[in-house]
Amino acid sequence: MNRYYDFAPSGLSRGWSAFRGWLGGLLDNKPTRVALIAVGIVFVYALPLLNLPVITTSGVDFGGVMFDAAAYALIAVGLNIVIGYAGLLDLGYVGFYAIGAYTTGILTTYHFHWPFLLALPVAIAVTMLSGLILGAPTLRVRGDYLAIVTLGFGEIIRLVIVNTHWLGAAQGIDNIPAPPNIGPNAPGQGGGLFQVPHLSWGTFPNIIDVGHKTPFLKFGPIDAIPFYWMIVTAFFIVIIADILVKNSRVGRAWEATREDEDAAELMGVPTFKFKLLAFALGAAVGGLSGAFYATRNGFISPATFLLLLSELFVAAVIVGGAGNRWGAAFGGVLVAYLPDRFRSFSDWRMLVFGLALMALAIWRPQGIFPPRRTRRALAAEAQIEELEGEAVDV
Amino acid sequence: MSEETTDTRRALLEVDDVTIKFGGLTALDGVTFDIKEGEILGLIGPNGAGKTTCFNVMTGVYQATSGQVRFAGSPLAKMQRHQITKLGIARTFQNIRLFKTMTALENVMVGADAHSKVGVLNALFRTPRHRRTESAAIEEARELLKFVGVGGRADELAANLSYGDQRRLEIARALATKPKLLCLDEPAAGFNPAEKQRLMELIRKVRDRGYTVLLIEHDMRLVMGVTDRIVVLEFGRKIAEGTPAEVRENPAVIAAYLGVEEDDDDAAS
Repeated sequence: MNRYYDFAPSGLSRGWSAFRGWLGGLLDNKPTRVALIAVGIVFVYALPLLNLPVITTSGVDFGGVMFDAAAYALIAVGLNIVIGYAGLLDLGYVGFYAIGAYTTGILTTYHFHWPFLLALPVAIAVTMLSGLILGAPTLRVRGDYLAIVTLGFGEIIRLVIVNTHWLGAAQGIDNIPAPPNIGPNAPGQGGGLFQVPHLSWGTFPNIIDVGHKTPFLKFGPIDAIPFYWMIVTAFFIVIIADILVKNSRVGRAWEATREDEDAAELMGVPTFKFKLLAFALGAAVGGLSGAFYATRNGFISPATFLLLLSELFVAAVIVGGAGNRWGAAFGGVLVAYLPDRFRSFSDWRMLVFGLALMALAIWRPQGIFPPRRTRRALAAEAQIEELEGEAVDV
Repeated sequence: MSEETTDTRRALLEVDDVTIKFGGLTALDGVTFDIKEGEILGLIGPNGAGKTTCFNVMTGVYQATSGQVRFAGSPLAKMQRHQITKLGIARTFQNIRLFKTMTALENVMVGADAHSKVGVLNALFRTPRHRRTESAAIEEARELLKFVGVGGRADELAANLSYGDQRRLEIARALATKPKLLCLDEPAAGFNPAEKQRLMELIRKVRDRGYTVLLIEHDMRLVMGVTDRIVVLEFGRKIAEGTPAEVRENPAVIAAYLGVEEDDDDAAS
């Protein structure tokens, strides 16, 4: 028996499946489902205000960490289209992240002085275009070859930036403006239409911390929470788009291409076109995340967009479960959040992180949340294996 | 099914003096035959005779070194594989190649999508066109699954279907592309006699629906029982062509394909 795929009903998994059944029953009821989803969404928005014990990071601004986690989740969802749906291993995804950030940086600073909201759609369009330009020649190669070509792409983008004066070269670009504030912004008043207080856990019962408020909606360098709200909104929009596209002819074409490219082609799927589409859409989401990174940070430099980041993005998708958008998003949150949560371990945190990844690769190679159908297929496989095993025993 | 009507029918697919060389190996050597509209043509030959190569040149997987394949009058050379499918040639695979992580229904829908023009924008905004094509595809896929006899397992993953059902599902997926010509590559491989009987019935039903069928098969009883005409290949060359009865009597076929004396039926293997 293969222990990875061991679906024998142990006590734990029986309890788990009972829980799933209960949850499934709950979700079958439409009003309940809508209510639960609404509660979940409100919770996600409120998370940085709640200052929950255990999960809140110590020593690092929790709002900032949450922004990073959401940015990584967004990236992972975008990369999941490429890796999880279309089955293309893209190791140069950081290139698109950089293109999104730099398009925003160039357009909003000394070259053009555009407002952020105008630069954002342009950044997305430029990244999408770069995805098409990169994909058109490279998607003709498959598998490992594609991985190597994309690996090169990620590095080329960074080197071009380093060596181009117009792009800020190695010094980078600073003073990237934030998105426009909403509401009055008089100095000394905190600004915004109204101010959202945080929750304090210092006393029992919890009290609302009136001394610590986040203005709605003021984008500044001190409080990252408005940026978090912005990127979470973008995340939900991307997720909805992802659901709509995946549950259509396009999603089927991607899956067929991933499963058997030749068979898909012979069933009338123009596989090249759909691979290119996956590449472009994935790139656009990466660019979106890059644009947010640029405006949140106010400063970008080529040193940020290292190849290592690409590998972290791929790790996020694989760890979370390639092919499952929620799994990928969770993986993104995890790879961004864990190193910050365990910052107190100082230099050891990367080791801990690496060990956690290895443990996952050994005990759960299909990811934390693999797509439901992968689970079904694995369960069936295990069942067959078991039957065959019995037959041999007899 | 009399021979006179068969001969006057229009040729749907013409294989015209096709030669394919892989380096020094000549897989097909000047093969010429045609498939007439509405007939079931059997393509037989011993292992390595070039049957599957012939198949692959028809579906655009290989390019002919010389010669031409024409479908409904237009040459197929230089055409992309998915375009050939859209033109009206569909196929199944000798070694089953379903999309394993997709359900039976979705597998067939991929075939049905071949003529869909719905793109990412239609899907994103759930346009009426998207909804129309989607529900049409689902309906068509369900109907085809029922037609081939796996209607009850539409929502199972393809990987979880039994071997026979997987073979039938491949036929449904191919039919969903609305082909004029359906090419079956050893559809009875691994079947028991009862399943073979059912498959023969299915192939006849497919033909009765107006499809033309090209059948590659090892099982002589099945080929003899279901085809209108048979083309026999050996070592990449056509050695005989005719009705099952004619082919059965052909001394070249008996010598080359059926082997010596006793070994009169390959079905045993």
